[in-house]
Amino acid sequence: MKGDFCMCLAVPAKVLDIKDSLGVVELSGIQRKVSFMLLPETNVGDYVLVHAGFAIQVIDKKEAEETNALLREMSGLGREVE
Amino acid sequence: MDLDAKLNEEREMAQFLIKKIDRLITRPVRFMEVCGTHTVAIFRAGIRQLLPEKVDLVSGPGCPVCVTPDEYMDKAIAYAQCKDIILTTFGDMLKVPGTRSSLGEAKAAGADIRIVYSSLESLEVAAQHPDKKVVFLAVGFETTAPTAAATVLQAEAQGLKNFYVLSAHKLVPPALRMLINDPEVKVDGFLLPGHVCVITGTKEFGFLTEEYHIPGVVTGFEALDILRSIYRLAKQVNEGAARIENEYGRVVRAQGNPAAWNILRQVYEPADACWRGIGMIPLSGLKVNAKYRHFDIEEVLPIKTEGTAQKTACRCGEVLRGIIKPMDCPLFGKACVPTHAIGPCMVSVEGVCAAWYKYGSGRFTYGK
Repeated sequence: MKGDFCMCLAVPAKVLDIKDSLGVVELSGIQRKVSFMLLPETNVGDYVLVHAGFAIQVIDKKEAEETNALLREMSGLGREVE
Repeated sequence: MDLDAKLNEEREMAQFLIKKIDRLITRPVRFMEVCGTHTVAIFRAGIRQLLPEKVDLVSGPGCPVCVTPDEYMDKAIAYAQCKDIILTTFGDMLKVPGTRSSLGEAKAAGADIRIVYSSLESLEVAAQHPDKKVVFLAVGFETTAPTAAATVLQAEAQGLKNFYVLSAHKLVPPALRMLINDPEVKVDGFLLPGHVCVITGTKEFGFLTEEYHIPGVVTGFEALDILRSIYRLAKQVNEGAARIENEYGRVVRAQGNPAAWNILRQVYEPADACWRGIGMIPLSGLKVNAKYRHFDIEEVLPIKTEGTAQKTACRCGEVLRGIIKPMDCPLFGKACVPTHAIGPCMVSVEGVCAAWYKYGSGRFTYGK
């Protein structure tokens, strides 16, 4: 998966923890370390757009789920049925 | 709402928008998207097939990997071949051709090249290898440049003395200006790149309307987002108007992300930059500024490369400007395929040629 990473992509993720501009987000069921240097005013529970390991904007939850469906398809996985 | 009802509602909305677009447009028009993720999303949803023939969607230079020139790749390879250098890079740079080889080939031949998901991982590598210089390949548009800039600031804060960047960042607005001034490129409206605008906001694109009277709509990545943006462009064309509108307001704020923009401007300054297949575009790139020049590997350890690009029949330069479609290139789908890419547009997943190759099957004829 790492080799397929495309730098133009930005993915939505839920913020689980933040401490000193470093935090943990949940991204399609996987926990990842993310920097909040570019988005200093973020709270736990927010949905954020993550790009190349950095949170870059706060978004709403619906947007998060829709973009995740697109990304799953782009990486060859099926679209999740509600 | 259950899934069937949701899909039905979306289908109806799409049909409604397409009918509206058909009515609003009374002459052939060309709308351009300048984001690799849009290129892929437009194919995935089959939007080209849904639109009336008079609406032509063309792709611009929206993939940062594709526009990174040979000379940059040659430099990256030359640095990677230095014994005391570890190169860190996003995975999609490995296959990009330089004049003689690629980073992938250099890695196979023993160069220490490490794939990272985030530029920050380079700092961990630097801390673990104090005897080596760690060079991060800083590539990408306005969305990515702040992440590299933040990494430089973080390296400074940690007191790391062996971390550097090799910058090939590109800026979208100067590229649009160049396209508009090119008489071969005729564009009636732009689908503006949503994730670039997350950082820049909409102001940076105001020149489109003020100086050129061309409309632009900031666009999201779902099928309906894209159709709604095309509808908004069609409406403006119909009215003879030129406004910058934001169809991706759920994510994009008018002022962008000022914190990210400030970090970018702390570390980088605009500089002339070379785009593959296009050439030099004034002030379309980012260079590490004087204050942080000790992080710029080209300042600390200048390196000369003397590659001469091999002449091939690749027409990526015209593809990147939206002048031709990939299937007009004699190599497309024959000598040039994703597993053996000749041109950069076939290398990246989000390259225009790769998208046409992957999604065009069954709908378009090529490679015959």
